[in-house]
Amino acid sequence: MSIVVTGKVWKFGDNITTDYMAPSFSQYSDWEEAKKTILHIHPQFPAGHRPGDVIVGGSNFGCGSSRETAPVNLKKLGIGCVVAESFGRIFFRNSITIAFPVLACPGVSAMFEEGDRLELDFDRSLVRNLTRGTERRGNPLPPQLIQIVQSGGLLALLKAEGQAAAR
Amino acid sequence: MGMTMAEKILARASGRERVTPGEYVIARVDKIMGHDNSFLHAYEILQANGFTRVADPDRIVVVIDHRVPALNVKAADGHRKMRAWVKQLGIKSFYDVGMGICHTLMPEQGHALPGTLVVGGDSHTTTYGALGCASTGLGYSEIAYSMYKGENWFQVPETIRFEMKGRLGRGVTSKDLMLHIAGTFKAEVAQYKAVEFGGPVARDLSLSDRITMSNMGVEIGAKFAFFEADEKTLAYLRGRTDRPVRTFGPDPDARYLAVHEFDASALEPQVACPHFVDNVKPISAVGDVPVQQAFIGSCTNARVEDLQRAAAILKGRRVHSGTRLLLIPASQEVLAESVRNGVIQTFVEAGALISPPGCGPCGGGSTGILAPGETCISSTNRNFKGRMGSPESQLYLGSPETVAASAIAGRITDPRKYMA
Ligand code: SF4
Repeated sequence: MSIVVTGKVWKFGDNITTDYMAPSFSQYSDWEEAKKTILHIHPQFPAGHRPGDVIVGGSNFGCGSSRETAPVNLKKLGIGCVVAESFGRIFFRNSITIAFPVLACPGVSAMFEEGDRLELDFDRSLVRNLTRGTERRGNPLPPQLIQIVQSGGLLALLKAEGQAAAR
Repeated sequence: MGMTMAEKILARASGRERVTPGEYVIARVDKIMGHDNSFLHAYEILQANGFTRVADPDRIVVVIDHRVPALNVKAADGHRKMRAWVKQLGIKSFYDVGMGICHTLMPEQGHALPGTLVVGGDSHTTTYGALGCASTGLGYSEIAYSMYKGENWFQVPETIRFEMKGRLGRGVTSKDLMLHIAGTFKAEVAQYKAVEFGGPVARDLSLSDRITMSNMGVEIGAKFAFFEADEKTLAYLRGRTDRPVRTFGPDPDARYLAVHEFDASALEPQVACPHFVDNVKPISAVGDVPVQQAFIGSCTNARVEDLQRAAAILKGRRVHSGTRLLLIPASQEVLAESVRNGVIQTFVEAGALISPPGCGPCGGGSTGILAPGETCISSTNRNFKGRMGSPESQLYLGSPETVAASAIAGRITDPRKYMA
């Protein structure tokens, strides 16, 4: 089963930290309040994004802390995927682990304007700009990692393993 | 062909003769560290998925350090749950509120050893590379997975090496050196890679000063941030572990993706300016920046030597009237030693505020938070927008000496001004 995500693009620059996706200053706010602070670094994003939108990032997207809440929050907002020039290592792992599609794709920033429609064919590491009719291949992931996302995440995979062993 | 430190450790931990950069291995982890964000969430995740056991409680270390003492009911309740689970799972290495910061305790209590593989539910887990330990940060679910399986997947990283020549000048520390590296080579230089710090400067540094650099390895993207484990490392570990420990380093013919060589002799104190760790300037180029808060704390720079060096600047002086100086020793051991050696008295007499060991405001999680419009100079490792409180605050990073000097002057100041 292949994973294909399409959505309207929000563009972000380099070095977007996990602190911007899961700010500590909002940690005791309820979700409705905290939600408004996610990716506050982009002036229009907090009020403007809609479920199904996607993110195109620059280099080092998700650098910083190990807060798994960073990709979890994006997922909770309904963001479909992040395609970026490159990722912070832990953010990338966390995303795969929670089955949130991410792809490192050098050159992707120049390929999209904000508001364009993006299609990500996750299994094939293929990004398309549906607005402009261009496409680009990102850094392929090994099959084991694609399988984690397809299975619904690392814990879902572990659970399935456990159930298979018990049978 | 020889192997780098990362390759040697991942080969051993995955039961292989040798490994090559790029390949994926399943490796047994020697220790798993979780704190009051990560262990709490990790075990909740395990329970939510129907798992109530862990592979080996003796390989798990749990620390309550982020919100200490409990600053509200939610934090208190998290701590309460953690204490119950630690008991239930039979985890012996448990450090409750006030014992210290996880990354300080791991080396101090002998959990991070040369040649071992450690994962932690915190990005600054790279810290133990200072002892020749392959240590790296993971998220909550992956800590959960590691606790349950006792192993995890790793991609074998390429290694880059920093060969640091010369000698650090007076008033210039390993923090300045690390900020210089971040500023020069930028935040992504070691993305997905292992780093080895070597050369005469690395050999000269104390364990505490090596810890500062490995701690900030993650700020340049590193997965592991090694120093060779040498005689100093063994001396540091004496009395801290009963495991046999040996010196550990790369093979002489190990292969590196890049070797960056530079001379550290001419370096002056460095400051990271808002809002990113690689926005670094030599202190003479920072300009006039008044500070309302000066913070000496965190897993980066709040150990015995850091406090001693800051105290040498504070001795016989007073913190500026428009500035508050906050000191949070990194562990109970640091606090105890700093009481014995008189450093705490110097801080108190200078007018500093002292809080119990823990993270404090470093990650924005506990007391010492900044208001909109405030500026802070801090001995911590990250100055991201909003990291220590309001997104409208300004955060600068420097060595404990620079923070102490700035507290006295009320503005960012070269510590050499106050050195005899
Ligand atoms: S002191 Fe700061 S960087 Fe270190 S573990 Fe605590 S919050 Fe993280």
